[in-house]
Amino acid sequence: MILVLIETAPAGATPLSLEAVHFARDVAAKIGSPVHALAIGGEVGDTVAQLAEQGVEVIHHATSEVLDDYAAAAWASALEDRVTLLQPQFVLAAASARGNEILAHLAARLDRPMATNCVTIEPGSEITATRQIWGGAALEELRLDGSPVLVTMASHAVAVEPAAVASSPEVVTFTPALRDSDLVARVVRVEAGEGGGSDLAAARVVVGGGRGVGGADSFDGLLELAALLGGTLGVSRVVTSQGWRPHHEQVGQTGTRIAPDLYVACGISGAIQHMAGCQSAKTILAINTDAGAPMVAKADYAIIGNLHEVVPAINAELRRRTTP
Amino acid sequence: MNILVSIKRVPGASGRITLTDDAQAVDARHVGYTLSPHEECAVELAVQTVEAHGGAATVLSVGIEDVIDQMRDALSVGIGSGILVETDASTWAPGDVAHAIADVVTTHEATGQSYDLLLFGNEAADTGDFQVGIAVAHRLGLPCVTGVKAFEVTASGVTARRDGPDGVEVFELTLPAVLTVRDGAVIPRYPSVPGRIKAKRAPIERLTPSITPVGNGRIRLTVPPEVPSTVEVLGQGADAAAAAVDLFERLGLVTR
Repeated sequence: MILVLIETAPAGATPLSLEAVHFARDVAAKIGSPVHALAIGGEVGDTVAQLAEQGVEVIHHATSEVLDDYAAAAWASALEDRVTLLQPQFVLAAASARGNEILAHLAARLDRPMATNCVTIEPGSEITATRQIWGGAALEELRLDGSPVLVTMASHAVAVEPAAVASSPEVVTFTPALRDSDLVARVVRVEAGEGGGSDLAAARVVVGGGRGVGGADSFDGLLELAALLGGTLGVSRVVTSQGWRPHHEQVGQTGTRIAPDLYVACGISGAIQHMAGCQSAKTILAINTDAGAPMVAKADYAIIGNLHEVVPAINAELRRRTTP
Repeated sequence: MNILVSIKRVPGASGRITLTDDAQAVDARHVGYTLSPHEECAVELAVQTVEAHGGAATVLSVGIEDVIDQMRDALSVGIGSGILVETDASTWAPGDVAHAIADVVTTHEATGQSYDLLLFGNEAADTGDFQVGIAVAHRLGLPCVTGVKAFEVTASGVTARRDGPDGVEVFELTLPAVLTVRDGAVIPRYPSVPGRIKAKRAPIERLTPSITPVGNGRIRLTVPPEVPSTVEVLGQGADAAAAAVDLFERLGLVTR
């Protein structure tokens, strides 16, 4: 069988976890094997219906007061408990911060290799996988010997669709045995802060600014455009490393990965580290003085010109058309 | 406060990636090598911590002799010494690298050289394995927090902060501990001229790993085919504003 680690949010399973389940289903179909899911802590209410739609046969739910606060090693113990019991051939998770972290703990304990950011898995007598490296700018094909195979799934590698036949998953509740050492590195409190770019990750419109913006006091036009379109500001790494804008606004391999309907990339050259964060945008409009910039080539639409002339003109036109 | 920062040398590619003829590696002939961005921040945090609390910071890398170039970069911004675990690790699994690093820590501890903090990058810029720090922590029986953007040394240990789904997650650990650092909270400093001179003279201990590597199972690397550009140029300069707003309207983003 295949075991998928599910991360839950108040609205149910996270979108990336559902992608991992969809992916698990594809692998399961090839080996004729059921998919089980593991949710840790909290409640599984809304998640059950989502996983039923995905054809998951059994939902294992690790419950314990101490699991309600995140502690990677403790969550890994819950996963290890099920792996020991169920002996899955594959253990999958989303290549999210927590998915990678929990599976890495499991891999270390089992002394097994772990492949992150996979986009394909070919089961068989010799199991092979393809994974994204360089934020997706290159791929690595590799062999994954032995059992269980531990993989995390790259985001947006599959589009989540319901299974042909929905299931009525059995929910199995269990309380894993935890060691004291599992709870040493645990979240002791959550502080309000800039956040992890969650607004950016979910934004429908992102207006991006790069080196071409020129300085910390030159973002007003971009901020106004973002406000007019009901979107949010995102920036390239050079902007944060110059200290022009805070890091939580950074889009890219070491920042937030965005998937808006529209990304307006202003004065951004389009290095692979930045493209890794914005390639899931449905439509990209590049505004750049350099018609040969990689961002222009990768965009759907482009305006060739100085962003400090183009953006205020767009803002004025938007105001003109939206003012009664 | 003794800090060990592990770094990885990665090709400095920012444009389209080219591969070596055998498709086993990224061809760095034209782009050179650099430090992973997360590790630049780990180095900066190590230097700041030693400046504030005293002690010493050491940089470690597992790789061929050329990695000394990147170790010198770290030494030039305030790290005191280096450890080169000299081997061609290009076919090693992340777990092999972790094994070799943990061995160094254990060996040094046996001779009275212990580390309070082991710092890593959250993930390497090239292979993005997300696991070396965790695997080292496991081998040494230490707690590990990943994705740390900032930490402060306290009377009882270390307080680390990272971004979580609901806000900034705070961890309080006693030392020794392992932290993997994410780019973001600090801006790595540039080396000064005296710093560069000092780096040239800084001691680098050379070790030979004694582990038997499992290997990373790599078959080959590929680069996805370049998608031909389909960009539609809406116009030049401010005159293109109307065409841009037309586009926003077509996408249903303009509400009157």
